[in-house]
Parts: sequence; C-alpha cells; structure tokens
Amino acid sequence: MQRRRRWNLRRFSQLFSALDATNKTQEKVAAMADYFRSSPAEEAIWAVAFLCGQKLPSMVSRTKIREWAGETAGVPDWLFEACYDAVGDQSETISLLLGGGESSPRSGAQTDEVHLGEWVESRLLPLADDGEQDQKRKLQQLWTQLTPQEIFLMHKLLGGGFRVGVSQDLVVRALGEATGVPVPILAHRLMGKWKPTPEFFAQLISPDAGATHDRQPYPFCLAHPISEDPASIGPASDYLFEWKWDGIRCQAIRRNGILSLWSRGEELVNEAFPEVLRTLEALPDGITLDAEILAWDGERPMPFTSLQRRLGRKNPGKKLLSEVPVVLVAYDLLEFEGQDLRELELDRRRELLRRLTEAHRDLRGLRISEGMQFAEWPEAEAARSRAREMGAEGLMIKGRSSLYQGGRKRGIWWKWKLDPFTIDAVLLYAQRGTGRRASLYTDYTFAVWRGEELLPIAKAYSGLNDEEIAEVDAFIRKNTLESFGPVRSVKPELVFEIAFESIQLSSRHKSGIAVRFPRIARWRRDKSATEADTLDAVKALLATLR
Amino acid sequence: MAKVDLLQLRPEGLYCEIGDFYIDPWRKVHRAVVTHAHSDHARWGMGRYLCAEEGRDLLAARVGTASLIQGVAFGEVVHHRGVQVTLLPAGHIRGSAQVKVEYQGEIWIVTGDYKLQNDATCTPFELGRCHCLITETTFGLPIYRWRAPEAIGHEINAWWRANQSEGRTSVLLGYALGKTQRLLSLLDPSIGPIYEHGSSAKLTEIYRATGCALPPAKNPTQEPKGTDFAGSMVLAPPSAVGSSWLRRFGDVRTAQASGWMQIRGIRRRGAVDRGFVLSDHVDWPSLLSVIRESGAERVLTTHGYAAIVSRYLVEMGLDSTPLETPFTGEANAEEEEVEPAPV
Repeated sequence: MQRRRRWNLRRFSQLFSALDATNKTQEKVAAMADYFRSSPAEEAIWAVAFLCGQKLPSMVSRTKIREWAGETAGVPDWLFEACYDAVGDQSETISLLLGGGESSPRSGAQTDEVHLGEWVESRLLPLADDGEQDQKRKLQQLWTQLTPQEIFLMHKLLGGGFRVGVSQDLVVRALGEATGVPVPILAHRLMGKWKPTPEFFAQLISPDAGATHDRQPYPFCLAHPISEDPASIGPASDYLFEWKWDGIRCQAIRRNGILSLWSRGEELVNEAFPEVLRTLEALPDGITLDAEILAWDGERPMPFTSLQRRLGRKNPGKKLLSEVPVVLVAYDLLEFEGQDLRELELDRRRELLRRLTEAHRDLRGLRISEGMQFAEWPEAEAARSRAREMGAEGLMIKGRSSLYQGGRKRGIWWKWKLDPFTIDAVLLYAQRGTGRRASLYTDYTFAVWRGEELLPIAKAYSGLNDEEIAEVDAFIRKNTLESFGPVRSVKPELVFEIAFESIQLSSRHKSGIAVRFPRIARWRRDKSATEADTLDAVKALLATLR
Repeated sequence: MAKVDLLQLRPEGLYCEIGDFYIDPWRKVHRAVVTHAHSDHARWGMGRYLCAEEGRDLLAARVGTASLIQGVAFGEVVHHRGVQVTLLPAGHIRGSAQVKVEYQGEIWIVTGDYKLQNDATCTPFELGRCHCLITETTFGLPIYRWRAPEAIGHEINAWWRANQSEGRTSVLLGYALGKTQRLLSLLDPSIGPIYEHGSSAKLTEIYRATGCALPPAKNPTQEPKGTDFAGSMVLAPPSAVGSSWLRRFGDVRTAQASGWMQIRGIRRRGAVDRGFVLSDHVDWPSLLSVIRESGAERVLTTHGYAAIVSRYLVEMGLDSTPLETPFTGEANAEEEEVEPAPV
C-alpha cells in the first residue's frame, strides 16, 4: 500500500522559523547556509527566489481567499474583519483561524517529504488554471494538511507578501558560505531575471565563472547616507561630486545587439522608455551604463510624479511621450567593448564615459552627469545648497579611486541629501498598523489649518519610537470622535513635526498639494493644535523650489 | 412587575442590591466578593472580603488585612440577606473563583477570569448552570485557540535544553502571580537549576504552603558572588527586561509566555527571542462551549473583545450585551494580568 504523502513545507518552514527568531545577521546567514547545504537544488533554488523577493504570479483573488477562509472557519465577514484588525495580516489571520488549536497536524507527523520546488509547482502554480470552485476545493484541502505556520507561509507566497527580514546580500553571503563560490560572482549571477530551476541553481553555484548572458546587469553600487560632518570622511579633494537626481536609477546595457534597461529593483523597463532604447541603440555594442532616467523639460528635471506617469506604462502614446520626455543621465561606465570595467578606478571610468558621450554629442537623449570637484568642504556645502534650484535632492559623493562594488559598501560612495522640509501638523485620523504594529494605532493622517478648518496634508507611518507609539495609541483610544470602518477621527490635539522631501501642486488632494516621503520628525509636545502650521505657510514652501 | 436584575453595574463595580455586596469592585465598598487576587480584581481597602479558601492567603498577601477576609470552600453555599452565594472554581490561577448568585430560583454566574485547560496549580474550572452568565472575553476572537499546555511545556523544556547546550541562561517571562507558578509546574527540574524573581517568590511560597507541589526555585540575589548561571532557567516578570537584575545572568535567551504570543506582530514587538502561547484565560472554542453548556439565556460580556463576542452571540440568537466596565478597553498586550505591587 502506498504511504500517504503529506505535501509539506517543512524544511522551508523551519528555515523561516530560524530566520524569524533572530535579528542577528550572523545567525540568519548561518541558518540559510545550513539550509542550502542540506537541501536539494529543486528546493534550494525556490528558497533563493523567495528570499530574494521573487513573487509568484497572482493566481487566486485575495478577496476570494478571505471569503473562503471565513466560510471554512465558520466566521462571518465582520468577525473575520475584527480578527484581521487584531492580527494585522491576512495570511496570519487565516493561519490562526484554520490551523492551530489542539487538532492541528504536528510538524513531526509521519509523512514523506516533498521539496519546496515540487510543492510550489504541483500545488500552487496549477491554481492559475483552475476555476474558482477548484481553487476553493484545493485550498480547503491544503488547509487541513498544513501546520499553522505552513498555512501562513503558503498565503504569503500566494499573495506575494513573503518577507522575513533578509536582503539579497545576506542570501548571497549564505550561498557563498555554503558553496565556496565567491560572493561577487554569486551576486552577479543572481542579477536580472532568472527562473528558479535546478539547472539555474547548478549554474549559480558552479565553481567556474561562466559567461554572463546578454541581458545580465551588474550588482548596483549603492551609497551610504552622510549624516555627520562630511569632513569626517576625508578631504573633499578625494571625491567626485554629482547631483543626486530623483529619477529612476538604472543600468542600460547593449550586448550583441540586445538592449536592456534595468531598474534598481531589477525590473526590465524597456517598454516604458522607447526613446531611451533608441539612444542606447545608437551607442556601440558591448556597453553598460550606470545611469538615471529623468523626466526632462529641456532645461531641468520635472518632478518625480511626472516620471511616475511613464513608469509602468508600456508603449506610451505620443501625447504622454511629448508631455513627459525623458533623458538618460549617465553616471558611470561599467562595461565597454565587452570588457568589465568595474575594477578600474572611478576617475578612469569617468574619463572613458566622457569620451564616449563626447563622441555621441548629437544624441539628445543622452547626458553625462556633471562631475564637480571641490578643494574644500565649504565649497561642496555651497553647491549642495543649490541642489533644490537644480531640481536635485542633494549631492552624491564618490571616492575618486573607488572601484565599482556591488551592494552598499561602506566608505566609497555617499549621498548627502538636502535637509527635508518640515511643517507642524495636527493628528486628525488614525488607523491600525500591520505586521509588527498589528493592533496598535500607528497609521496617522495629519492636517494643517485653512481658516477654522483642518485639512489633511500627509499620511505617515514611521518616525516614533515604541514608547511614543504606545502613548499615542492610548491617546487615540481615549479621544476617538468617530469611527469609519477601521479609521478613527481623533480629537485634534497632538502636534507633530512632519518632514518631507518635496512638495507640489496636486488636483487630487483636497489641500491642493502633495508632499513626497512624509514622515514624523518628532512629537511637538510643546505645541498646541492652534499653533500648527497653516496651509498658506505650507504653500509658501512651493516657492522655494523655483 | 418588571424583574430587577440580580446584578447591576454601579460606579463602584458590579453590585447585588438584594444582597448588598459587590463583586470585584474597583472602588472602596463595604462588602466585596473577590474572584481572584490579580490586582485588577482584588483592590485594597474594602470593608470585608469574601473569597475562595484556596486563594485566601494570596488575597491577604495582596490587600493586607487578613482578618477582614472570609474564605469559603468551593461549592459551599453562603446565605446572605436571602441571597445564596456559591464560589465555583475558575481554573484561572490558584484560588480563582466564579461567583454564583441565586435569589428565588434565579441564578447568575460571574466567571471572573477563567480557563478550561489543565493547570496543576489550581482547582479545575467547574461549569455551573445559570440564567444569566457574565463572562470574561479577554481572548474573545476565533483566532485564539490554545494548544494543549503539556505540549507547550514540552516546547519550553526543549528550548531550555537547547539554550543550555549552547551555554546560555534561559529567561522566561511571565506574570508574578499565576503564570510564574504555572510555568514552574511545567518545568522539568532534572534539566538544571531554576531561579525566580523576588516579586514572585513570596507568592510561590504561598502556593506551596497551601498544598500546591512545585519544583524548588532559588533566589538569584542570594547566591554567592560570581555564581555561574549558565544553563539555568530564570522565571521573571516582564518588567525585569532591561533591568540590572537581569545582567547577572550573562548570555541569555529570553522568552515570554502569554496568550498574546499567538500574534506574530506582538511577539516581534516584545523584543524577546521566543514567544510561548500559554494563557490563563478562556479561548474561543471553550468560551462558546461554556456559554452553550451553562444554559444561560442572557450573556453579558466583559474585558477585551466584549462587544465582538456579544454581537456574535446575538447573531446566534442569544440575548447578549457588553458590560461597560473600566476594563472594557480593547485588548492589548499589557492587559492580561496587571503587574503586582512589590511585596
């Protein structure tokens, strides 16, 4: 008689527990390395994919899952909603409603093991082709077979929300520890798009540095924010300065006639920017540029929100192309005539880049990022103070002798942003948070005065410490005026200093303005609501942008 | 003539007018029936106290004035102004009781805090039949379903052993009254030495003196200077986190035992390494079974998710309303049991 197979996620679930149980980097790397050492390629490669943030295609409607889970648990909609409010996560809510309790399957139960890859391919992926009735039936079956944590993970994977606090850098380090393959090689091989197959895993951990394929980008070199006195990083003359643009950082690659435009998030964005592709096509083959895609009105960059209209829009129409034209601003040259230049010093790479762009001066869609040099820091500081009028966010500071190193290496590149704008605003609405902040009121809407009226101006989730969060949470519970679903309106009393990066006119907001990256800078306990800023004062900030 | 409710809410607490006494009052009153010794139920300064004999010494330790406390055996009927008051075991902590109030054939039961799961440190919960049930709903959501405490005890011991094999001390956080002693009863003393914080030691002593057998636990502050605690188990209240008291234990792993550990977000927010889901309150399936089997036609809910449970019961066809008490806030991690004053 054939033994019944319980299709489980046991190994992956154990890895998840180990990663979730610690916030120490070394322990996370060790747990992943152990896992990679002891897992077959079919399992390991899917784990690499999920840990690096690859998502499954969306196959089952989130609303349906919620409906079926409630029905299966015998829980009406409103009660599911109440549970969700307490938990702050749909996958976890389902796992607690359907798994768990005294009758749940124990992870040590007698079952044959099925690896993650087979599980995903035979249980999850086929859901894409099923009708709703089959999807429901299959999910109900899975719910009875899996432990609560496995149910949680399954729904995280299905919903694309799987996260466990490891970065791709850490995954690569663990793979390096497990296989002995040098970390930069692993990082490079993991760039771009790949399919989680055992064959790919074999290539990934192969000791011979195989050829990279035509589309493959290099790991991006990232900068650390500079917060203290910049002079602490050495003399200004050691550095090359550039404007820090608020566009889309990308790698533009032309190899064997194939053009690829990769965003920082490793998305191929070719279709959104046809004019950039035409520019790239005019450049010689065997080339990789580290660059920024910027919306450009002919003289200066347009706000990021304009560029956003282009992003994610495939094959934009004529109207959009003319309203939001874009250029490629080249920072760096990583590959030339098919040669990897990353081991050259920045000054040398920039020289090659300068020659390349000079030779193609006629290309209107290509600009070189202006390189600046300063003998002393005060001069750099003066340049930085002009960033806003340039339409930039601040300065990039790059070591002139730095090699192009993947990841966020300390001490080679820095970003020196302008100080943010700040306003004082009143807490007006609150909503419960999710994840670590489940069941606490942590999502706030802030308002400023227009006459006698408070107008919402920004939403912010972060910036308070745990004690402050607890205190504000208690205030909200005691001072709720009205509840609309999950949102509470609160007695306008608490004032916070809100910091944000940029501001612009917006017809979609009642206040008529939109702010970019708002966050709470501090709690102004010294101010009462009447002392908060007015809308006119906020609008006055707009003027400083021009 | 409209029938008067046997128990009503007054600013001082839940009041029985016919019997002229309060149950777990939060303001000073003449006569208080107290369900158990946690400080949100047992307050200082009442004229007289009535409680279960099993919990008498614990209550005396919390409110002082032992001479004012009358202890009665579970099931023993106390007649008072024509009202019959009986205490039934609640299984929440040692000496915890439900209060059954009967007058002219009408029966009300106030559960206080309770659970149905096994707990070696107190008399198990006993179901009573009644017309009106006033139940706690601290964990009144269907996401709260407890696993067997024996299994959790097993996991705690396994965790202790694993830490020990790495040369670490295990610090297990739980409230000083009730949780600490229940944890102690689940620990396997053959693994290594057990220590407990001073705030629970005196209470644990009362547990032992009143007939509850528990493994020995030492006071770490009375150990010689330079004692190596590696491999031992330390029971401490959550407030010990970050205190200098904890520093003596060197390389520690921390865990918290509470029903709130069911929620991942709360677990992670707690800044402990591990969360064990172990609650002294009733979970969702047991709550519903108690309500059903009590035969109550009317159910009043209090603590935690009172409004939600009440709405659910109404949809099931019962007469139910939430009882507005000062504790009917929304659940939060700090509410399970209130920290005791230093004793």
